[in-house]
Amino acid sequence: MASAAQGKIEMTLAPHARTNDSSAAASSTSAVRFEIANLNFYYGPKQAVFSLNLKIPVNRVTALIGPSGCGKSTFLRTLNRMNETIRNTRVEGSILLDGQSILGMDVVNLRRRVGMVFQRPNPFPKSIYENVAYGLRINGYKGNLSEHVEKSLRRAALWEEVKDHLHKSAFALSGGQQQRLCIARALAVDPEVLLLDEPCSALDPVTTAKIEELMFQLKDSCTMTIVTHNMQQAARASDFTAFMLDGKLIEHNETSKLFTTPHDPRTEAYITGRFG
Amino acid sequence: MSVRLAWRKGLNGVMLTLTGVAAFAVVSVLFLILGYLIYNGGKSLNWNFFTKLPTPVGETGGGMANAIVGSLKLLLLAAVMGLPVGLMAGVYLAEFSGKTLSFIVRYTTDLLNGVPSIVIGIFAYSLAVLPVKHFSTLAGGVALGIMVIPITVRSTEEFLRSVPNSLREGAMALGASKWKTIATVILPAASGGILTGMLLALARVAGETAPLLFTAFSNRYWSPGWTQPIASLPVMIYTYAIAPYDDWHRQAWAAGLVLLGLVLLANLGCRLALSRSGIARSS
Repeated sequence: MASAAQGKIEMTLAPHARTNDSSAAASSTSAVRFEIANLNFYYGPKQAVFSLNLKIPVNRVTALIGPSGCGKSTFLRTLNRMNETIRNTRVEGSILLDGQSILGMDVVNLRRRVGMVFQRPNPFPKSIYENVAYGLRINGYKGNLSEHVEKSLRRAALWEEVKDHLHKSAFALSGGQQQRLCIARALAVDPEVLLLDEPCSALDPVTTAKIEELMFQLKDSCTMTIVTHNMQQAARASDFTAFMLDGKLIEHNETSKLFTTPHDPRTEAYITGRFG
Repeated sequence: MSVRLAWRKGLNGVMLTLTGVAAFAVVSVLFLILGYLIYNGGKSLNWNFFTKLPTPVGETGGGMANAIVGSLKLLLLAAVMGLPVGLMAGVYLAEFSGKTLSFIVRYTTDLLNGVPSIVIGIFAYSLAVLPVKHFSTLAGGVALGIMVIPITVRSTEEFLRSVPNSLREGAMALGASKWKTIATVILPAASGGILTGMLLALARVAGETAPLLFTAFSNRYWSPGWTQPIASLPVMIYTYAIAPYDDWHRQAWAAGLVLLGLVLLANLGCRLALSRSGIARSS
């Protein structure tokens, strides 16, 4: 632990060593799902992520915090290669999922294993049932579709609210229900990882609490990485927190430690609300 | 100061009047046409008009059953030839193409849309009439089909672009390929608009006369199959309206009313079908 703390102080000089150290603390309790090493990301000529190193532990919630435009969403979207849908983007470095590089992986297979929930609920203009069944259908699922849809809706804590009108349009649901539907939709294909890109920024506090409760329940079976602007949310809902600034990972630690005893003055300035 | 105020108030009043009169003129022109058509056409519209063939010159009565069926057959051909091409080109423009290429395709489409219909008629004439040396339903269908394409392309593109990008991301994040995303999420989401656009394209060419004059030509009798000249409502209106017989003039008015009625009916039917499917989706 002491070495980890020292490592964090020299972050600009040796980012690689620092994150390795800090994650070593993390991996003492659990295995690593994602191992990101020396990641650089470019939108055309503009670099958005700078030599980032991070280990994301299995079945834990890792929160990414930082001011707008610091590259946290961009980084999150490299983990399921969603950035590839944008023209003129380039990624360098290595991203290992369970020890296997995702950059050479079949993207369909990767996205089945790494699900994503977006900032605004984006249900398809289909029924509730069809929304959840979508991922199963396109992946050629052969088993009992209805059973699996029910299971996914239960996991997303939405089943009780929608079980009597599964064939109604998903647009008839409230914003919070739509977001849980999107989580159910992502869970339906049994992903190992769930990436959440500010999933609560369009929701009210009560609904936000529901989503956080849901994340807590999902931790048994799913590794989660959440981008959030809400520091309280990161503190409440995550086990590990990574602070990013200007495309660089500044500090990464267990959430309780990062929020109580930040090692970098910039982290401290950010979490105490002095900027961002 | 008060002079200034009076001037401003006066100018405001004048401009309000001018724009209001223009708006009223637009609406009244449409209703004048509609009213005149119903007044003149309604008088000579009877059951025979829909069931009988045209009578020889000098004999009164008869109908335009062959022209009604002819127009429908020509539209069917135009739909079969033009809509799939227009749809797919629209999908390409909205979903696949890069900046330069889409600019070229879009610009070309707009140019094609601006080509006078008579020129498209000449083109279809040289393409489908000259080689076989006679007018045919097929040639008329080609002419109308070409006219359908640019309208369908642009409306399809518009409606696909209006589908929020978050839906594309949602589907791709579940592992759907680009084509699967388009086919299973984007096209269904835009289907209402796309179908309406297609219908408007067909309604627009339903009234085209010039390209049919030397492709489908006309016919006073039934035209079985697809290889003979065929009567159509717009060409019949033209022929009957310039003829020197009062009875033919009345028939031309009736044909105009029927043509308008068909377009309106198709429009209403499409909207009804759309709202039904909309209800099915949300119930």
